[in-house]
Amino acid sequence: MKPGTKLKSTVCGTEVMVIRGSGAVVECGGAPMVEERPAEPGSIKPGFAQGTQIGKRYVDTAGTLELLCVKPGQGSLSIGGVPLQLKDAKPLPASD
Amino acid sequence: MNISLILQMAADTESERIGLVCDTRRWSYGALLRAARGAALNISKSTCSYVALLDESSEAAAIALFAAAMAGVPYVPLNYRLSNTDLGALLSRIAPAYIIADTDRIRQLSPEGRHIVRSRAAFVAEAESMADAAIPTDDPGDGIAVQLFTSGTTAAPKAALLRHANLVSYVLGTVEFGSASPQEAALVSVPPYHIAGIAALLTSIYALRRILLLPAFDPDDWLALAASERATNAFLVPTMLSRVIARMDAGVSAHPPALRAISYGGGRMPTELIERALKLFPDTDFTNAYGLTETSSTIALLGPEEHRVAHASSDPAVRARLGSVGRPLPTVQIEIRDEDGKPLPLGERGEIYVRGDQVSGEYRERSALDAKGWFPTRDAGWIDAEGFLFLAGRADDVIVRGGENISPGEIEDVLLSHPVIADAAAVAVPSTEWGEAVGIAVVTKPNLPPPSEDELRTLIRNRLRSSRVPERIAVLEALPYNEMGKLLRRELRKLFQS
Repeated sequence: MKPGTKLKSTVCGTEVMVIRGSGAVVECGGAPMVEERPAEPGSIKPGFAQGTQIGKRYVDTAGTLELLCVKPGQGSLSIGGVPLQLKDAKPLPASD
Repeated sequence: MNISLILQMAADTESERIGLVCDTRRWSYGALLRAARGAALNISKSTCSYVALLDESSEAAAIALFAAAMAGVPYVPLNYRLSNTDLGALLSRIAPAYIIADTDRIRQLSPEGRHIVRSRAAFVAEAESMADAAIPTDDPGDGIAVQLFTSGTTAAPKAALLRHANLVSYVLGTVEFGSASPQEAALVSVPPYHIAGIAALLTSIYALRRILLLPAFDPDDWLALAASERATNAFLVPTMLSRVIARMDAGVSAHPPALRAISYGGGRMPTELIERALKLFPDTDFTNAYGLTETSSTIALLGPEEHRVAHASSDPAVRARLGSVGRPLPTVQIEIRDEDGKPLPLGERGEIYVRGDQVSGEYRERSALDAKGWFPTRDAGWIDAEGFLFLAGRADDVIVRGGENISPGEIEDVLLSHPVIADAAAVAVPSTEWGEAVGIAVVTKPNLPPPSEDELRTLIRNRLRSSRVPERIAVLEALPYNEMGKLLRRELRKLFQS
């Protein structure tokens, strides 16, 4: 994966767009995300079911990876079993 | 990431919410997405290389922007105020194009080059009729999303390219998805071929903030639409704000009832005008946005709180910030450099350079970025001790008198403080002694006699240095502006040369 890649969950409806970072294996609901969704969905691993929210950005603790959730689902995002964090949004006034 | 995903996300989240209002028609995000998909299918079938819009603002602009993105071809909104000759030349540079246009105008142009032409009504109707047949097509890629012809001052217009990656990074860097409440509505009155008009469509839809489109700016129509649709936000160029205030002063209309925030940009805001606006709209948040076509809109912001602090301050340095464009966005870097390209310390004036993912700096012919990705804006400016950016005109507009750089703005501000002067501009005039010297053109308020040349020279000498005192003075009926309120300094320079 690299910036611009769309990753899909194999266990729920989640889809994310890679904004920053490359090479990592991102998991959703505990299972690696893929570019082509399988015909039969798998099941969500316990502990990875907090869900994803559309429009939210997710980052790893090192700050090298950033994902934008473009379709929400029940699984939650992780890398190597370590949950990704919601990125803090710093609100700016509308300028257009 | 393709910009069409912005509309897709809005429709996935709030399919039924009204996202765009134009004339009498109200479009939900779902309806906009379906129309854009239908239009994308028609564009793909046409095998055209570009989608052009030669029309005022309407839903067709939003549908065409996203449809072009879905079809993987650049969207090229054109300035319908250009002459037939100039437009003809631009159309030949984008052949073959799928053109959405005023059909009478196209007939006058009779463009060559296998273009396909649709009226606004036909384009929208065909898009909607194809909406149900439309299935998501192949990945349209993330190349060039928008091509804008910059207003050429000396040479032919340059074709500025904005890639999907530039626009998406601007949107993600400045707007939180779905952050607007259902009551929020943004009044958009800039023309569709202006970068602010395009950015407004993208950022408002991403925020889920309803767009109220005014087909063409008129202060009375603006006030009426702001009242009837309860606009909460608006973007104006300074001349538009000045015309709105003039109509309110004339008692034509009351304060728009729901207006909470006004952002402005696209030209120099006279200090007198912003101070007047702050008094007239005490409960409205003002934001000054500075940006360029080549930077995907805003790169620096002076926010509402900074306006209030500057307006209320007795410290001249803080008060002066009302005339600044604020601080760079967290996602861009700004540097001031000298003529050799070396970075200058705080407080020193030079050319503004900018770098960031939203900065394209790319033209069809070449990229203007340097080896490290910095874009030279050709705007002159300086940064104060707290990081506030001040503009000092176009680098080409600086008056160089005997080696001393003079910014037209400082002279214009002094002239505008004179009670009889309504508008003023300073430009370089040829001088045998100094190379260049200052020439000023002033416009007086209605039915008032102009001040004497001596009075104007004394005013400038007392407030500024003697080098700023004008050598030539012209009193005009009006200053030359383009339709976006940009002063045409080259016209004034010509006047002083003759």
